[in-house]
Amino acid sequence: MEGAELAGKILSTWLTLVLGFILLPSVFGVSLGISEIYMKILVKTLEGLEAIVEDEVTQRFSSEELVSWNLLTRTNVNFQYISLRLTMVWVLGVIVRYCVLLPLRVTLAFIGISLLVIGTTLVGQLPDSSLKNWLSELVHLTCCRICVRALSGTIHYHNKQYRPQKGGICVANHTSPIDVLILTTDGCYAMVGQVHGGLMGIIQRAMVKACPHVWFERSEMKDRHLVTKRLKEHIADKKKLPILIFPEGTCINNTSVMMFKKGSFEIGGTIHPVAIKYNPQFGDAFWNSSKYNMVSYLLRMMTSWAIVCDVWYMPPMTREEGEDAVQFANRVKSAIAIQGGLTELPWDGGLKRAKVKDIFKEEQQKNYSKMIVGNGSLS
Amino acid sequence: MGSRSSHAAVIPDGDSIRRETGFSQASLLRLHHRFRALDRNKKGYLSRMDLQQIGALAVNPLGDRIIESFFPDGQRVDFPGFVRVLAHFRPVEDEDTETQDPKKPEPLNSRRNKLHYAFQLYDLDRDGKISRHEMLQVLRLMVGVQVTEEQLENIADRTVQEADEDGDGAVSFVEFTKSLEKMDVEQKMSIRILK
Repeated sequence: MEGAELAGKILSTWLTLVLGFILLPSVFGVSLGISEIYMKILVKTLEGLEAIVEDEVTQRFSSEELVSWNLLTRTNVNFQYISLRLTMVWVLGVIVRYCVLLPLRVTLAFIGISLLVIGTTLVGQLPDSSLKNWLSELVHLTCCRICVRALSGTIHYHNKQYRPQKGGICVANHTSPIDVLILTTDGCYAMVGQVHGGLMGIIQRAMVKACPHVWFERSEMKDRHLVTKRLKEHIADKKKLPILIFPEGTCINNTSVMMFKKGSFEIGGTIHPVAIKYNPQFGDAFWNSSKYNMVSYLLRMMTSWAIVCDVWYMPPMTREEGEDAVQFANRVKSAIAIQGGLTELPWDGGLKRAKVKDIFKEEQQKNYSKMIVGNGSLS
Repeated sequence: MGSRSSHAAVIPDGDSIRRETGFSQASLLRLHHRFRALDRNKKGYLSRMDLQQIGALAVNPLGDRIIESFFPDGQRVDFPGFVRVLAHFRPVEDEDTETQDPKKPEPLNSRRNKLHYAFQLYDLDRDGKISRHEMLQVLRLMVGVQVTEEQLENIADRTVQEADEDGDGAVSFVEFTKSLEKMDVEQKMSIRILK
């Protein structure tokens, strides 16, 4: 009996603390600075660690191979047993991550998602009015902030004056499903995507009640004209939220930007590009969907130290005269790549499913022919 | 402690591969990781198709020749074979040339071996000579449809003529080496990350 009482007391204190320090500030969009303190401590600890590691290791490895290790074995392929001291610190890191951070984050995520579903369903009952829009925004923003804190996310937004406006299309590079969370924390978007089953389906259906998103049945996705038509209708209504689209079509590992599919750029309207770049020092956010499923991916995210990223909003772009959709797509892609400090790759992110188009090979061949014919001889 | 990551003990014959190729422990682990990532179906070896999935190779006009160089005999390349080819591109360090033990075989990243790698990209039938026909075929791969047949034949003719010393109408390995003696092969055919 006593044990149960004690456990009950601990649980209620825990929940009150969570409520006070994390949930309430999320509603008002205020930060108590706990994340900043956490990040500072983390950075100092990792720097100290770097010094220890370099000390113990300079004789065994060349220094450029073990640059700085963030105590996550998943990001260090060459991990070998180096010293007892380092291993102890690593074990401490594991304990902190799995026993302290993980329960906290899971609690927050649970609360965040439940609030989202309940909140949007409630707001959906109201008749259409500006109050409904305001409330739905509030619910969305609060829940997203909670979810971001569930991942210990630290996000820096740059150039907020270029934030996507209503009736526009927001375009960004894609690294993981968390991208959506990161963008919606700073503004409300209408999302585009396939209807899923299970938990995602519940969330989708709830969200649609509060504000119009564009969800497609799997069969509809194949019909490009239908998709384009529905999206055009959405942006024609200037009161509707900007659409969020990831033109790469798949998750890329955040070192480069792959080919932007031209479909999103054929709809017309103003494109607001956004560049997202993650800082890999605290946790690798890339979702390799062939290696990990959603649940194990989320588990990895929640047991990393933190997710740190930069978001740059960029000035809006429109298609120019005489520019076709592909050229426009490439122009936007270059702008995003330059802003985010990513390299550009010309081929399709879905390369695993389809062969590369010959047009890229031809470009290389043109270069060689210039070399060979240009100066008349080979050597 | 990371059951999924490569551990030194996991690479079979790791030590002998290291001695043969001269790669550092860390580079070898990295290559093993890459080998396993390319081997999608976990067969334990790579086939031509696995290498064709690499985007950069697919758009490279000589991509097929490069892939072919990994398969000197047969349809499969195992990890030692994979590493042996890549060892050609290891940067040449001064220590390599100083501590040359005359009894030991030449390191895989010596100038001679680098040139030999380049040579076999041209030598399609592996007879030790680049004939005019082979030169033409490789040039055709490189320029595609950008150059006319006539022009390309002229270029191939002149190239073979300039390099051919013994007048047999083909470029042997020695002649190939001689024609490239002024080129900084050690630097051009090295990949910095493969230390």
